[in-house]
Amino acid sequence: MLSFKIALRFLTSNKLQTAFIILGIAVAISVQIFVGLLIESLQISLVDSTMGNAPHITITSSRDDVTIRRWEQLSAQLERYNVVETVSASASGNAYAKKGSTIKPVLIRGFDFDSADQIYHISESLYSGRIAGARNEILIGRDLAQDLELKPGDSMIIVAPDGNNTTLKVTGFFDLGISSINKTWVVANRDVAQNMFGYGSRVTEIDITTKNLFYADVVANVFKIILNDDDIRIENWKQLNQSLLRGLEGQRISSAMIQIVIIVSVAIAIASILAITVLQKSRQIGILKAMGIKNRDVALIFLYQGFLLGVAGALVGVGLAFGLLQSFISFTTSASGVPVVDVYIDYFLVVRSWFIAVLAATLAGLVPARNSLRLNPVDIIREG
Amino acid sequence: MDSIIKLTGIDKVYTVGIVDTQVLFDINLSFEKGSCTSILGTSGSGKSTLMHIMGTLDMPTAGSVVIDGQKIDGLDVNALAALRNQTIGFVFQFHYLLPEFSAMENVLIPCMIKNSKVDRQTLERADKLFDIMGLSAVKHYLITKMSGGQQQRTAIARALINNPKILLADEPTGNLDSENSDRICNIFRDINQEFGTTFIVVTHDTRVAEHTDRVITIKDGRIESDINKI
Repeated sequence: MLSFKIALRFLTSNKLQTAFIILGIAVAISVQIFVGLLIESLQISLVDSTMGNAPHITITSSRDDVTIRRWEQLSAQLERYNVVETVSASASGNAYAKKGSTIKPVLIRGFDFDSADQIYHISESLYSGRIAGARNEILIGRDLAQDLELKPGDSMIIVAPDGNNTTLKVTGFFDLGISSINKTWVVANRDVAQNMFGYGSRVTEIDITTKNLFYADVVANVFKIILNDDDIRIENWKQLNQSLLRGLEGQRISSAMIQIVIIVSVAIAIASILAITVLQKSRQIGILKAMGIKNRDVALIFLYQGFLLGVAGALVGVGLAFGLLQSFISFTTSASGVPVVDVYIDYFLVVRSWFIAVLAATLAGLVPARNSLRLNPVDIIREG
Repeated sequence: MDSIIKLTGIDKVYTVGIVDTQVLFDINLSFEKGSCTSILGTSGSGKSTLMHIMGTLDMPTAGSVVIDGQKIDGLDVNALAALRNQTIGFVFQFHYLLPEFSAMENVLIPCMIKNSKVDRQTLERADKLFDIMGLSAVKHYLITKMSGGQQQRTAIARALINNPKILLADEPTGNLDSENSDRICNIFRDINQEFGTTFIVVTHDTRVAEHTDRVITIKDGRIESDINKI
């Protein structure tokens, strides 16, 4: 208690010096939190733009006829696992789209629309027309609509591999942000696709989203073991996006490196400043020792000083970091009012950074604490 | 009477580089409980070193020191700190008060070192000491707002707050004018009589020595004379 009181008094007796130390810590911590949050937000928006409209795990057939048998039982089984968010079975196949004299290769995606929409968010990305409702209604991507010069409500002919023609009505156009999808996908009713490609009642693909996409590989491996079926192939998004993962990992490591360097510099700065304080306060420490204060309590004075500076500096730093983020958002907002980066506030990162800063500042107090142990009261008294 | 400090065969040698300088030679002294003694000597005579050894702030090169029946050689740093806190009060030429604290807080520090918390009894004792020192009106002042005489009297109050058996003073009037010096000497005399505190003052000033019952003179690290006036 006495050590804490002395530590606090030493700090408050020299307000300007203390304010500068707190400001120094605050600036460093604010940069640490700002950089951490910004990189994390960039990662989230990158993952979201890449994986936001895609399944995390895909089950396809390894059979020659590319169809999955007993897919209803399989889907029902997968839906029971609480790590699974959505399961959607689809029947897909390559075909040609014909309008007038223009013919384009397309991928017919025969969906159960409601469950597929939870994965691909097609209704959200519909920019013209309406959702397909009737059996013979379809949706197509922006690029395909432009290539075939279609308007919502127009009809187009799909030519199946066996040469059969099916006329379908285009009710709307979507933009999923990926050119290859916008150019080739034709979102149709699953029954229509099953008939068109002669799949009977079977499907070609089961798409799954999980509660945490970063564990999709683990979940996929568990499914492989549980399902133990040679007729199916289970793939997860990580297998298909290795370069994205490497990029994310690189970002994560560089963010961690920046944060470590900042914390180490804060600790060194506090240790040096407090080491000077030991010299400034050597007379006081000497007389306290002459009065019988124990070495442990003298050391505690400097640990408390480090702790108090860390607490105050990190608190101000958190405030500054939010200020920096706010400025960043206002300066980087485009003319249409949309921010360049969607800043995501990870409160765990903020609290963790605060705790690490306080811990580093307290540990930095060990250096002056050790120096204070060497102070001999008789030397101080002799020097006057 | 029982002795509260007993020094036997004390030598003190300072080594700087390869040069040894002996400042105390075979000092044998004993101080009775409740006595009032001055150690008189010129600058460099070794009197302050002797006081530091009696106060356990410094260790002798040879010889033994017994304080309140406890032999101090062999005690670790923390045990020596506890002995100083509970048995010895110090007053130095410079007051060495903590400028960050008020007079009252400075006086209570030795007690907080001992007990962590300050009880009502201690506060009453602090008030009484401020009263004796004539500082009741300024006891909550910051040290830097007090005069030199007030600061030195606050330092004496601090030395007495734990009711020590021994009060060691090293040139306590060295920085004061004659009026304040006399006042301090009278306070020491009163404390010695009222609380029965063993009082040892190290000084070069014969006027201070006149206020004590026993005068020991020290010259070139050796006891020159030891006169008991009672």
